[in-house]
Amino acid sequence: MTERLTRDDVLKVARLARLKLSEAEVEAFTEQLGQVLEYISLLGQLDTDEIEPLAHAADLVDVFREDEPRESLSREQALANAPSSDGAYFMVPPILPGT
Amino acid sequence: MSSSAGLVSELLARLEAGELTSVSLTTDCLEAIGERDARLGAFVDVDGERALAVAAEIDERRAGGRPVGALAGLPVALKDVLVTTGRPTTCGSRMLTGYVSPYDATVVERLRAADAVLVGKTNMDEFAMGSTTENSAVGVTRTPWNLDSTAGGSSGGSAAAVAAGMVPLALGSDTGGSIRQPASFCGVVGLKPTYGRVSRYGLVAYASSLDQVGPFARDVSGATLLLETIAGPDPRDATCVDTPVPDYRSELETPLEGLTIGVAREGFGDGLDEEVAAAIEKALDVYRGLGVTLSEIELPHAPYAVACYYLIASSEASSNLARYDGVHYGHRAGEYEDLEEMVASSRGEAFGTEVKRRIMLGTYALSAGYYDAFYLKALKVRRLIRDDFRRAFESVDLVASPVAPTPGIGVGELVDDPLQMYLADINTTSANLAGLPAISIPAGFAADGRPIGLQLLAPWFEEARLLRAARMHERETDWHLERPGM
Repeated sequence: MTERLTRDDVLKVARLARLKLSEAEVEAFTEQLGQVLEYISLLGQLDTDEIEPLAHAADLVDVFREDEPRESLSREQALANAPSSDGAYFMVPPILPGT
Repeated sequence: MSSSAGLVSELLARLEAGELTSVSLTTDCLEAIGERDARLGAFVDVDGERALAVAAEIDERRAGGRPVGALAGLPVALKDVLVTTGRPTTCGSRMLTGYVSPYDATVVERLRAADAVLVGKTNMDEFAMGSTTENSAVGVTRTPWNLDSTAGGSSGGSAAAVAAGMVPLALGSDTGGSIRQPASFCGVVGLKPTYGRVSRYGLVAYASSLDQVGPFARDVSGATLLLETIAGPDPRDATCVDTPVPDYRSELETPLEGLTIGVAREGFGDGLDEEVAAAIEKALDVYRGLGVTLSEIELPHAPYAVACYYLIASSEASSNLARYDGVHYGHRAGEYEDLEEMVASSRGEAFGTEVKRRIMLGTYALSAGYYDAFYLKALKVRRLIRDDFRRAFESVDLVASPVAPTPGIGVGELVDDPLQMYLADINTTSANLAGLPAISIPAGFAADGRPIGLQLLAPWFEEARLLRAARMHERETDWHLERPGM
């Protein structure tokens, strides 16, 4: 189904996943994910052209409820586990240059 | 024998009769944890003080002739993937060190309302990804039957806590076998309910279309009580359906008439341990002796279940775990140049190897150019697997198989071989992909003392049938009465 996974593939996927990997992890994952993908390619044996995908097994389509306001977390509760907060907002490093 | 090792039905009767108080039972559990858990590693947090206070309040109510809930002061342990107010929830991850949820999971609310005494949180593979608890940031949980062997995973802590007589009941979660496999490795009863039977609100998400919360107990009756307590609709989980919850306990002791159990060759494939095969054959003989018809069935797509499962579960995980960004909660790296590096470093530092591996696999399977070949393909195969069971259940009432191909996984045995570790899930992942209820029940022991579990699967929402059939086997055997020596 696919060509062998390369080190560049692993680095690209790690960037997409926002995962900083160590050199050792990049090496190990190239090998291990390659093996897993090779195993997974066994699904290619099945002809599924006419098969509809099944995203979950519950016989549910749409579940509706009234859109009514309810109690929710207080600001204090919502911020309680934040690594950095000024008491009103979650704090992150500046995203625009020069700010 | 300490009351902490008793069966739920006996404990309830003694509590009711005034021969036992919840405080003394809870004290016994806390002592058993103190005595044994240093060797097992089942608990990551024990809240003895609060447990005893809750137990005392329940005892007082009972003494005053006022009503008590269905769990009547029984101690219960929670897998650390279920969020609880007042104490940390860490999911076995450095990412959530010190995290305290601002709300209780629905199942936790229901346990409190039913007068359970919540004694603590149990160890697990990080974010429920693993088969041995070795992926926990805290360390491994061992099965009390053989301390060189793992308790299984990912709910290994809950399974070991029940098996070792540290608590009579515990909750776990099962995404690809994470209740049933540790139940098998620890010699207890473990049930994964039908997808949609139990609320997932407050169950920290791994793979949302597969995850379910379910009970561990030392016998079928205990698991039944716990299931009844947690099951039923929840407006906070739209996938939790409003199908009424039957009174599972009322007919538990009534054997099923004219029962037919399907056995698929695919469940007994290459790599099945001989002792496991022999134990399962013996368990099937028990059913034969009860007049049950055993019928050979075909599940032609079962050999594709592991590949299908790891694609779907990892894809969902890569999306679900995107929430750990070092902004709202969880670990934040100390050094970074900009926002992107802050997120990537926080995740790189705090996630363990297996979680990273699955995020990588899932991200790859969902990425441009690979989506159709991997994720979409897996969803199509999922339908084929589900349809196999639809067809099978037209001619049989239940399906039986081994839970796991071996009587256990030794500490360190497979840590460096993720693919072999995944392949050991061959018999459990189908139930999650198809959404079916499935149970692991004790069915014997290997020569090295490790227990072996029989798996039964029932059609959607037929938990009553599953539990009654499990009880039929249990009445004829003593496996559930065996206790580890430790």
